[in-house]
Amino acid sequence: MGGVEKKKYERGAATNYITRNRARKKLQLSLPDFRRLCILKGIYPHEPKHKKKVNKGSTAPRTFYLLKDIKFLLHEPIVNKFREYKVFVRKLRKAYGKSEWSTVDRLKDNKPTYKLDHIVKERYPTFVDALRDLDDALSMCFLFSTFPRTGKCHVQTIQLCRRLAVEFLNYVIASRSLRKVGAVVFLSIKGIYYQAEVLGQPVTWITPYTFAHDHPTDVDYRVMATFTEFYTTLLGFVNFRLYQSLNLLYPPKIDGQADVELKPAEGKEYAMDSESYLEKLSALSSSLARVVAPTHEEEVELDEFPVEGTAEQMDARKKEQEALEKHKKLFEGLRFFLNREVPREPLAFVIRCFGGQVSWDKSLCIGATYDVSDPSITHQIVDRPQVQQQVVGRYYLQPQWVFDSVNAKLCLPVADYFPGVLLPPHLSPFVTEQEGDYIPPEKLKLLAMQRGEEPGDASEEEEEEEDSNDKEEEEEEDESEKEEEMKLKKLEEQKTQSNKALPVTVTAGKLRLEDKQRLEQEQQSEEKRLAIMMMKKREKYLYKKIMFGKKRKVREANKLAAKRKAHDAAVKEKKKSKKAQRA
Amino acid sequence: MGQPRGCGARAALTGLQQMSASVSGSSTSVQSLPCPSSGSEELTDSEGSAYSGLQDSGSDSSSSDEEEEQEEGPGGGSVPRTRAKGAPRKRKTLEDDSSLEESKALLAQNEYEEDSSDEEDIRNTVGNIPMEWYQDFPHIGYDLEGKKIYKPIRNKDELDMFLEKMENPDYWRTVQDKMTGADIKLTDEQIDLVQRLQRGQFGDVHFNPYEPAVDFFTHEVMIHPVTNRPADKRSFIPSLIEKEKVSKLVHAIKMGWIKPRKPKDDTPTYYDLWAHEDPNSILGRHKMHVPAPKMKLPGHEESYNPPPEYLLSEEERLAWEQQEPAERRLSFVPRQHRSLRAVPAFPRFIHERFERCLDLYLCPRQRKMRVNVDPEDLIPKLPKPRDLQPFPTTQALVYRGHTSLVRCLSISPSGQWLVSGSDDGSVRFWEVSTARCMRTLPVGGVVKSLAWNPNPSICLVAICVEQSVLLVNPCLGDKLLYGATDQLLESYVPPEEERVQPVRWVTATAEEHGRGIRLLVQHSKAVKQVTWHGKGDYFASVVSDNSNMQVLIHQSSKRWSQNPFRRSKGLVQCVLFHPIRPYFFVATQRYVRVYNLLKQELTKKLMSNCKWVSSMAIHPGGDNIICGSYDSKLAWFDLDLSTRPYQLLRHHKRALRSVAFHRRYPLFASGSDDGTVIVCHGMVYNDLLQNPLLVPVKVLKGHALTLDLGVLDVLFHPTQPWVFSSGADGTIRLYT
Repeated sequence: MGGVEKKKYERGAATNYITRNRARKKLQLSLPDFRRLCILKGIYPHEPKHKKKVNKGSTAPRTFYLLKDIKFLLHEPIVNKFREYKVFVRKLRKAYGKSEWSTVDRLKDNKPTYKLDHIVKERYPTFVDALRDLDDALSMCFLFSTFPRTGKCHVQTIQLCRRLAVEFLNYVIASRSLRKVGAVVFLSIKGIYYQAEVLGQPVTWITPYTFAHDHPTDVDYRVMATFTEFYTTLLGFVNFRLYQSLNLLYPPKIDGQADVELKPAEGKEYAMDSESYLEKLSALSSSLARVVAPTHEEEVELDEFPVEGTAEQMDARKKEQEALEKHKKLFEGLRFFLNREVPREPLAFVIRCFGGQVSWDKSLCIGATYDVSDPSITHQIVDRPQVQQQVVGRYYLQPQWVFDSVNAKLCLPVADYFPGVLLPPHLSPFVTEQEGDYIPPEKLKLLAMQRGEEPGDASEEEEEEEDSNDKEEEEEEDESEKEEEMKLKKLEEQKTQSNKALPVTVTAGKLRLEDKQRLEQEQQSEEKRLAIMMMKKREKYLYKKIMFGKKRKVREANKLAAKRKAHDAAVKEKKKSKKAQRA
Repeated sequence: MGQPRGCGARAALTGLQQMSASVSGSSTSVQSLPCPSSGSEELTDSEGSAYSGLQDSGSDSSSSDEEEEQEEGPGGGSVPRTRAKGAPRKRKTLEDDSSLEESKALLAQNEYEEDSSDEEDIRNTVGNIPMEWYQDFPHIGYDLEGKKIYKPIRNKDELDMFLEKMENPDYWRTVQDKMTGADIKLTDEQIDLVQRLQRGQFGDVHFNPYEPAVDFFTHEVMIHPVTNRPADKRSFIPSLIEKEKVSKLVHAIKMGWIKPRKPKDDTPTYYDLWAHEDPNSILGRHKMHVPAPKMKLPGHEESYNPPPEYLLSEEERLAWEQQEPAERRLSFVPRQHRSLRAVPAFPRFIHERFERCLDLYLCPRQRKMRVNVDPEDLIPKLPKPRDLQPFPTTQALVYRGHTSLVRCLSISPSGQWLVSGSDDGSVRFWEVSTARCMRTLPVGGVVKSLAWNPNPSICLVAICVEQSVLLVNPCLGDKLLYGATDQLLESYVPPEEERVQPVRWVTATAEEHGRGIRLLVQHSKAVKQVTWHGKGDYFASVVSDNSNMQVLIHQSSKRWSQNPFRRSKGLVQCVLFHPIRPYFFVATQRYVRVYNLLKQELTKKLMSNCKWVSSMAIHPGGDNIICGSYDSKLAWFDLDLSTRPYQLLRHHKRALRSVAFHRRYPLFASGSDDGTVIVCHGMVYNDLLQNPLLVPVKVLKGHALTLDLGVLDVLFHPTQPWVFSSGADGTIRLYT
């Protein structure tokens, strides 16, 4: 074959990758601009398989992008906008320097802007793709919507984030999609996690607790702002589509009736006209206007298809469906009242999601529908040590009850959640224990309740469990005793053997009972050990790694179990001592 | 014409020139130069003309201006005018309006007068040239008629000059004009000027350099305008043009041609972006795209009120704090709060979001193939050891008696007697079945190696003790048999001519004979291994040496030794005879060399792939070799297959000391420093296409570790599936 011989790094992997700096030069962008472009276009670096080959023999740590990606960026219209913006900034600075205010105004009027619509469409060619990537977008929007409206980032961005977040919450309420099997709201020490099933896709997001942020200094807000810029665009389009799918108006309008009700009462006093809309929307208390007038029979009766399979399967499916339906209407018919010390938004959101009615103090937020004194209130959510004036006919509960009930998919017994009572642990609904994992006893109790056993039984069960545990322990002890016996026997054997050489006395042999099972087990384990010896080096490494992971898991589970046991014992001790004191 | 003349005038005051140049900058004025009455008429004229010439040429350079001023002094007649003329030029800006006008009038007159004297000066017609060119001529240039203009006659010699100097009182103020060659007597004013300039003062006596500065426009705000001009009428009347323009704009607005700028609406507009989902828009890019992994969902420990077992204990918390943030399994400390209102803000919330952002755009993404393998599947499916029986499984007997490490073992071909050599300087003969020590033979040195003669008709044991190999008749078993052996040894007839041998064959003394020793083969250096040929006549010994004398082959019947190798190929570890064919195996540190004894050549070189071979054993079939090495590997060579190991077994945890093959059963064993003997099933098939099957079948334990040594030698019983092992703890164990 003819042709010029190619040099060492002019073919193969080296030509597929490009370093960040070279990519930046190729695009003629500054580093921040390049960063922004990568964020917006979703371009991420790649780790070449043979780094040294790609890095032309050097082992210096470098970031590599795929050359294809960079070529793809080359004809992105936004790149030109970046350059325009750079020119604009230069002009503006010059005008400021010369104090030419009219020029400044003119320039500001003609500030180059860009839209990200096409990028959203390009990155997410189908709607489902967009939904799959919604987690970070939502979390970021919720975070930004809690920022103070000063400094840090543009007020418009914050407002937009707030708007989009509220719109999404409203959608979730309207669609009742916060009903994914077994999951939903989790109060963690970081913030509140939510999970909703939107058109079949689980979407998880986290919101911080409503406190002022202590803004860290080692965080680059420009990067975050760039992400937010993209995420707001994405979320806006997603919201639009979601609202459309429910026949709701977008931007959302509060249902006429409710609107009229609200307006004369408190609208004016509470907020300016321009703001009151968003505020009302964020109250989450009123339903939204639809494009088509809502009919009472919204829910389309699911046609029953003849499903192949046994009757059991059918039954199971039906049961599941029913359970889902029931879960959806968990709070149907209940009327909640939120005291002012509880976090209003998450509670209102969750209660509304499950069909409950919710209200709060008028002065707390716009959109309160009934008063504290309303006799029809069934549950009042309170988060204070004790309630002075209790109204008869309603439960006073701590907010955890709502979340736990939602996660358990049933209204839990209220007794554990009265104000001032030591709360039962709040479990994560995201954990699905597999075999061999540690399951906290509370979870076991919960599972039992879900299966339809009485909560009263649970305590008995617990005791039973304890009993059974004791039995097991006893068994274990028995086993250990046996083992000890065996050991002793072995020792004796050895002794006899050692004694054999010197005195030639024959002692009467003891009848040894051989545990057949045990022998077999031992044999098997030895076989396994021998087989492991014969493994190839690579496979042995892998095997050892896997076994190490498994063993660690078991160890951790055991550790947790032991800890729990110790804790329970300590608690029992305390109780006993208290009882003793009382007596 | 004008310029040369001007230059001429300049040359006239060469002495002054530089001075004046320096003065010129300060733009002094000419306000009142006293008029020198005693100046010569000629000179005056010339100066005047020079000035006018300058005017003509229109040169405005300041230096020429200065010159004019300098030379105005002599030009008596024009003094008042000069003053007037200088003023507007230099200080135009300083004068007020009236003076400006006045000076202008004067200037006009002045110019007019001085023009006339232009053509009269005829003394220098050559122009501004270096005067040296005319040095040798009596004339300088020509006049209008073409006649020479002669220089003034200068024929003064030194004496005349001296006289002149002495007599002429004006000599000091006489200067020669180089241009014309004439002498000029400077006036008092001129001298005064020169002296002032020399002192660095202004040329003008009356000029005061320290006049108070007067601002042209004062810095104070004045109530009156600078110009007192009344405002124009047009400033009171609305502009017609503007009116026209405005009316046009108004009209355009009215007609809707011009619309006011719309206030910019920042709120983004959203629409159904995915209205037309085009399946074609899913490109290769999207298929290649690796979506970012979702954030890990929180577990129970992240709850604000977790179950108590998830809370960290005190020491766990301390350990958490001491870990690097990157190493921690949990990025937070689980905490329990009594109620929801007690939950504080999470201080690292923004950090975590930010880190997520960084992960999204900075982290290389890769599809990681998770090995989803059941670890049980990784374990190779081997035949069950139960199916591979018989093999030794349990410890049956322990042979006690040695007080130090038992280095070597050997067994009689019948399998009835066992011999062992130890560091305590004795060789013991045991009965295998009863573990009874039949004989103890003190040899007075560490026994490195011993080997029972494999020929069943000869009862002879070769023992390495220090520098010699002892051939011992143990006198055990059939009396006929060992008697025959003795006879065989005694039947030796020394050859007629003594041959040169590398070793010395010595017959044992009577005392030694009583103990059983029959022959001594004395080497020059310590012997470390001895091994018999299958026929039982030849034996080989290995000497710890570095030369070619390491391996020696002896013939016991002829008491004859030879050194088969001419050159050393490295430190020999052990040697072996092939059981059937005339091959000889020599193991050096890393290689095993196979020599053909008949052809006397190297047939094969086996790479052991280990660092240091310790021992070697050959399959009774003769086609397979195992090598134990100090880096705890056992290499199985199939000689037909390749020179590299067929399999490298890493069963032991520490160095292998010895390996052995069973003579009948497909078994081999390896003893190691970790105190274990591993018995493996090593099936070799006759079918060449089938590779040997190697299965470990039993790990035998029993030897105690002493001095970091475990099992030193292993040996199979020749007929039974039993294995002996000798250990550093001074015992020999039999496993059956």
